[in-house]
Amino acid sequence: MGLVTPGIGLIFWMTLSFGILFFILAKFAWKPIMATLREREQSIDEALQQAIATKEEMKALQFSNEQLLKEAKEERDTILKDARHIRDGILEEAKNKANQEYNRILESAKESIHYEKMNAITELKNQIATLSIEIAEKLLKEELSDKAKQKVLIDKMMDNVNFN
Amino acid sequence: MNMRMTFVNRSIMNKYILGVILLFFVFVSNNNLFAGETEKEKGKFNAGEMIIEHISDAYEWHVMSIGETHVSIPLPVILIYNGEIKTFMSSNFHHGTASYEDFKIAEEGAHKGKIVHISKDAAGKEVDDETLPYDFSITKNVMALFISVFLIGFLFISISRGYKKRGPASPKGMASLLEPIILFVRDDIAKSSIGEKKYERYLPFLLTVFFFIFLNNLLGLIPFFPGGANLTGNIAVTLTLAIFTFIITTFSGNKDYWKHIVNAPGVPWWLKIPIPLMPIVELVGVFTKPFVLMVRLFANITAGHIIALGFISLIFIFGEMNVGLGYGVSVVSVVFYVFMGLLELLVAFIQAYVFTLLSALYFGMAIEEHHKEH
Repeated sequence: MGLVTPGIGLIFWMTLSFGILFFILAKFAWKPIMATLREREQSIDEALQQAIATKEEMKALQFSNEQLLKEAKEERDTILKDARHIRDGILEEAKNKANQEYNRILESAKESIHYEKMNAITELKNQIATLSIEIAEKLLKEELSDKAKQKVLIDKMMDNVNFN
Repeated sequence: MNMRMTFVNRSIMNKYILGVILLFFVFVSNNNLFAGETEKEKGKFNAGEMIIEHISDAYEWHVMSIGETHVSIPLPVILIYNGEIKTFMSSNFHHGTASYEDFKIAEEGAHKGKIVHISKDAAGKEVDDETLPYDFSITKNVMALFISVFLIGFLFISISRGYKKRGPASPKGMASLLEPIILFVRDDIAKSSIGEKKYERYLPFLLTVFFFIFLNNLLGLIPFFPGGANLTGNIAVTLTLAIFTFIITTFSGNKDYWKHIVNAPGVPWWLKIPIPLMPIVELVGVFTKPFVLMVRLFANITAGHIIALGFISLIFIFGEMNVGLGYGVSVVSVVFYVFMGLLELLVAFIQAYVFTLLSALYFGMAIEEHHKEH
């Protein structure tokens, strides 16, 4: 029956050693270990929460980015439209101006051509007159070189003259 | 013949020798344990005696025997007899064969294996006078206890240093091995049984108990010197552990706990008055709980060792019949030893777990607050 009879010596030593072990471990081992474990769990928790917050933030950021992009697109569109408008205006104006200029130039060209033409005609007329006079002179000289001929001419002239 | 018995007995000193076939063992050991006393045949291998010797405490730490030379570590004997403290080394008993200063290790009788006082009768012959000194000797189990306490203390203080140094970074080395177990005790034992709010108060005790039982169960499986003592299979040790649990439970019991014992709610009045049947049942329950803790751990660990030793005994029982038979059986015994060893590894953990879990449950019951009468 020795097996199931607890011995006082072992109970004494067990109480003493286990008590000391319990005390020492509670103070120097479990306390710091548990504190560290709790700290770690907290830091993991915090990190997780932070990750969720960051995700949320990212989502918001993405949304605002999209918004921004959309706005930018719209702005670009309006700017492009404006630009097109302005370009069209400028083009129109330029065309008009060009037309006007062209007309003006044309007009002035025409004028100068007309002027030149007139000049040329006048000159031509003058030259023709001069030439005619010279020819007439030469002819007269020729015709009037002898008396017969002078007589014929006068006759002829006389025929043409209408006496009214 | 005596020599042969000693040889057989000692050479199988490899304590935790596992073997199975419980039925067979019971037959063998019962036969030898009780019948063996009267018709002991000198020189015969006595399995029951050998097993009891291996699972009991001793005054010296036997390492091995070669032939008749016993190699053992003598341990100090501390006795209080008639108010006097006597201290000497156990080697003075010469392995239990000699007496010293009127003390000797009883070889027979009710106090077999314990130190008894002897006195001389009229004829000058030394006789056991049936008086026991208070025995505070550093026995094999006490030595194993010191070693394990030192080991556990060293282990956990050194890993706690690592925790302090590294802060909340991931554990490293030994800490990474032990942390899952610490977390298991914290989350699955303490938190779930005691509750989120108050578990921290009981955690140091639960952790200490868990690792104390677990480590000593494992050390008990090692057949050589630093292990080999059947510490958690000793009733004094389990008794002390159970008393710790009992004291903590009793002192942390709140109003509801005591009310439940004295005047259990939801029970018909005639079970309380005039005969306080329920209070008596409840009060018995208070003492049953730690008692069950004590017996369960003791019985499980001791049974494991007994089965193992029983199996190894088979080799010698058959070996005495026929040497060849002994060799043949040894193969089977060793196979079963290995199997039992693996099973005992599992049991070492399960028993530590069960003891800690039940302690935690008792604490949880003591501090539970009943909001409603049920």
